Amino acid sequence: MTDLPFLVDCLLRLARGIPLTLQLAALSVAAGFCLAMLLALVQRGAVRPLAWFARAYVFVFRGSPLLVQIYLLYYGPGQFEAVRKSIAWSVLREPYWCALISLSLVTAAYGSEIIRGGLDGVPKGLVEAGQASGLSRLQNYRLIILPLAFRNALPAYGNEIIVMVKATSLASVITLMDVTGIAYRLISETYRVMPVILLSGAVYLAVNALVVLAVDWGAARLERPPGDGRRNSRVRIAVEPGRH
Amino acid sequence: MAPGSPLWFDLIGFGAGGWGFALLRATGVTIALACAGFALGLVLGGAVAWARLSGRRGLAAAARLYSTVIRGVPELLVLYLLFFGGSAAIMTATRLFAGEGFVGAPAFLTGMLALALICAAYCSEVLRGAWNAVDAGQAEAAEALGLRPFAVLLAVTGPQVMRHALPGLGNVWQLTLKESALVSLAGVTELMRQSAVAANATSKPFLFYATAAGLYLLVTTASTAAMHRAERTSKAGERTA
Repeated sequence: MTDLPFLVDCLLRLARGIPLTLQLAALSVAAGFCLAMLLALVQRGAVRPLAWFARAYVFVFRGSPLLVQIYLLYYGPGQFEAVRKSIAWSVLREPYWCALISLSLVTAAYGSEIIRGGLDGVPKGLVEAGQASGLSRLQNYRLIILPLAFRNALPAYGNEIIVMVKATSLASVITLMDVTGIAYRLISETYRVMPVILLSGAVYLAVNALVVLAVDWGAARLERPPGDGRRNSRVRIAVEPGRH
Repeated sequence: MAPGSPLWFDLIGFGAGGWGFALLRATGVTIALACAGFALGLVLGGAVAWARLSGRRGLAAAARLYSTVIRGVPELLVLYLLFFGGSAAIMTATRLFAGEGFVGAPAFLTGMLALALICAAYCSEVLRGAWNAVDAGQAEAAEALGLRPFAVLLAVTGPQVMRHALPGLGNVWQLTLKESALVSLAGVTELMRQSAVAANATSKPFLFYATAAGLYLLVTTASTAAMHRAERTSKAGERTA
């Protein structure tokens, strides 16, 4: 039953989708993280309308399926003639940009909740100590609050990255040829469901295993106090793929 | 908007030419799909959690592999596996008895099963954590009182596990509800699919996908509220300082 040449051929074709999958995941996590920082900080800020907007944003993007968001962004704007005639259309008619924007927007919503949790976990005494030693608001954030918040948030953010690697598969429903898109095509060409699914599943598992390793490594580095020469202060953290 | 074209309100309304009833019915299908998938997933997840806690090496390893793999691969692949794999299996079976040709797997059942398999992996993690959170002394005390093992589970440990598991299960429910949108790709006329049909028929994709997003938000918000109530009720017996 096993047919080695077929399996090798499948794997080679699936591998051609890996760059797109990785690219979508990496770029959306990076862009989403910046937006998430903004959303988290604005929610703690003094400008009420901005805080309300951020809260509404998080509510909407976490409460509806990603598939709806992708369809809304990809098919929705075409309804308006004004959009079709504007410069934005050159971006919005491209499935790649729609997928990337949708993925970034949704991970920003989840990410901002994680960062908010990280910021809440920073002990009040340390913030006050920073103020008392004469740090400006900005310095206090840069030197004390944010580094500690990142350390608190990293394990949960690792989960979020894994969720995003999986979520890139939805890009295939708007015609992008990522790993899942290629798997779909292979199935409809060969009708051999099991091997194709198993191989593509293995590709995602391998990518996610690398993410777990990277996050573990990053967490171990952050746990080490600055100036600590010890090389092997490895800390095990439980990064498990999980949804919100 | 061009004169004479129907107003947005008419399109999503309940009058002639309105898609209101269709969308509501589809929302019902979404809820039914998610409920069925979640219920089956909870039972399967309980079995997987039991396997992991059973103390039998092989069984525990298999359960762990299942939950790690399912949570590590895209949900879409699980759906494709069941949908295409199910169709292939049914076609092989029909070829033995009758003619040729493509026979699709029953879409609702396949979708429900896919949701249940995914849900089971997450549920098993939640239930395992909740089980470990219950003090072992509770079961020992119940046994010392002469309760049979099943009675211990039903009356003593079970309810406490559920109390610990409730917040986590609420998250899994939200996840299942949102993932049910993927089943539209397998051809079930739930909310997502119905919105796509309406969007194509009227050339108003923005209107209908936005309406779908709103309806999903409505359902997730309502279930969040219900979940909070359930959590409060479950904590009624807890002593607080």
